[in-house]
Amino acid sequence: MIEKLRSFSFPFASHPRHEDPRSPHRIFKTLVFHIRPRMVAERTLRFTLTFGLGGMAVVLVLLQLLTGTLLKFAYEPFPAQAYDSLIRLQTEYTFGQFTRNIHFWSANILVGVLLLHGLRVFLTGAFQPPRRANWIVGLILFVLVLASNLTGYLLPWDQLAFWATTICLGMLEYIPGIGSLLQQWVMGGSQIGAATLRNFFALHTAVLPAAIVSLMAYHFWRIRRAGGLVVLRSANETPAEKPAMVPSNPHLLMREAAVALSVAAVVSAVALIFDAPLGAAANPGLSPNPTKAPWYFAGVQEMLVHFHPTFALMIVLAMGLGVFILPYLGGMSASAGVWFASAAGRRTALFAAAAAGVATPLAVVLDEYVVGASRWMPDWPSAVSHGAIPAVLLVFVLAGLVAVLTKAFGSSRPEAAQAVFVFLLVGFVELAAICVFFRVEGMKLGWALR
Amino acid sequence: MKAKPSKPAAAPVEVPPLKEGTVSRRGFFNFLWGLLGLAALVELVWIAVSFLRPSKQPSGDPKAATVALAGPVESFAAGTVTAFQRGQFYLVRLDDGGFLALSCKCTHLGCTVPWVEKEKKFLCPCHASAFDITGNLITAPAPRALDMFRIIIENNILKVETSRTIKRSGFDPKQVTYLQKG
Ligand code: HEM
Ligand code: FES
Repeated sequence: MIEKLRSFSFPFASHPRHEDPRSPHRIFKTLVFHIRPRMVAERTLRFTLTFGLGGMAVVLVLLQLLTGTLLKFAYEPFPAQAYDSLIRLQTEYTFGQFTRNIHFWSANILVGVLLLHGLRVFLTGAFQPPRRANWIVGLILFVLVLASNLTGYLLPWDQLAFWATTICLGMLEYIPGIGSLLQQWVMGGSQIGAATLRNFFALHTAVLPAAIVSLMAYHFWRIRRAGGLVVLRSANETPAEKPAMVPSNPHLLMREAAVALSVAAVVSAVALIFDAPLGAAANPGLSPNPTKAPWYFAGVQEMLVHFHPTFALMIVLAMGLGVFILPYLGGMSASAGVWFASAAGRRTALFAAAAAGVATPLAVVLDEYVVGASRWMPDWPSAVSHGAIPAVLLVFVLAGLVAVLTKAFGSSRPEAAQAVFVFLLVGFVELAAICVFFRVEGMKLGWALR
Repeated sequence: MKAKPSKPAAAPVEVPPLKEGTVSRRGFFNFLWGLLGLAALVELVWIAVSFLRPSKQPSGDPKAATVALAGPVESFAAGTVTAFQRGQFYLVRLDDGGFLALSCKCTHLGCTVPWVEKEKKFLCPCHASAFDITGNLITAPAPRALDMFRIIIENNILKVETSRTIKRSGFDPKQVTYLQKG
């Protein structure tokens, strides 16, 4: 035993050459190197490639699994008991409130971190071959994380939970063809009730975590198979055949540990200061005014104020589909490793971001005060006045953007695609911000945080 | 754990070449295994799908209509809206004395729509849809009028059949239930 202890050395430290294969150090190391590469390209270690975002996501997922497991010992998934079990968790369990806070905050931060992670993968062209499949895997992970957030949101069974879930599931009904059936299936009936809570609890605590963990393993395996991360270069450099390598112990592992500890520290600090919200117990007879979806669905909710639901949903689905098939569109494969694809790409992306930044609030205000006040096209069904017409308008705006970019800026195809992506993303984030910060009673415009 | 005897790397077993179109014994068994595996997978999926399929009949007799008792006719004055929380509907008495039973679920995304007496409108708190006293749509984004339920008047007592939702695009005077004169 003493012998063993003496032979143990800190796993990240350098190690003797001839060690006993059964020594703890050796065992730990082989374990680590089952999931981490032995060598990594030196340039992929730069913080300005990854910003540590993928690593942060891993830490946040682990925090979710840990705190979620604890919460499961206190939570009762029945409409009559759920809310009270949370009150008990917060008042009677030592660190109950703190555990819930961590679960709440790291879930929300995870969505934000994943958005940024996806954005950095996009802007560095890391979605191009040979990483196309991993882009899809990542997007599925993102969808699963959103589903976890949505299913978790209902569990507290307070007013916030009940009504946010009502409107989120209400959107399902507008999927052409299968909508009503799908909605009934997810809800387990025609209204949110005990069956919905049962379904959501099973999804949230078994199906989704299992799927996320397995898919994460696959995500990392695919990174290894692509020969590691994309190697950063400037636009006029050709991709290096054999980039300079360094051992990942300690270069990569130390960085990962630093990111992990920082994330854990930030989440704990936030969880100590801000309590996760818990409203009044759910009351199916009374929708709070205003009722808002959680912030990551607020963009869709804001679209629903302006668009006929079927069209709002079609636009969102079309955007989602576009993001999924992005790597498979022709002519998108020469810029891997170059931020914004090129110097010109950086300019057009900024232009698109600025254009969306101005156009979105303008369109919202216009619709609210000019179109809305004049009772826009009162004799037409809303599927035309609030559906087809604004949808066609949006297509024209995008086509105009592409025309301006290719004609005036002489943009290439990937640069134009990037600009459209940035335009839609900025617009969508702004819609979400408008819904969260500027929608007051009756969903009128105003300052919501008073 | 015993170390596995390492396989001899060289000297593979000599396999006589097969004629085109014939299947080796190993190939045949591999095929069988694959088939069995596939069958097992199909069974598993089938079990899972049938387990999770929504039961078509919620417990109880599906054909038994749920009828909510609203009260005697006289208790509703003309031009008023009465909320029935349990049944999730509004009993509306129009100015001409006719009755309507409206669902309180917004046709947009399902929020509960309160009746705002001051404005004489149903105003949805979620995305600002508005409906008039007959449930007709005044302001989008909701796509159609509020759903309604059938009203039965027996011995001056109002009953509402809440088990069957009637969808409609707009208000039609034929939807109103009147007291049988005489
Ligand atoms: C639970 C969710 C996710 C986790 C835990 C995760 C984790 C990671 C990690 C640790 C890396 C290593 C590089 C880095 O830190 O940036 C990575 C790379 C990558 N991720 Fe993710 N990720 C997730 C979701 C996503 C999403 C939403 C996308 C795309 C929309 C995505 C696409 C990729 C791609 C293509 C790479 C390779 C990038 C390169 O080679 O430079 N991942 N991911
Ligand atoms: S749910 Fe009523 S307006 Fe959206």
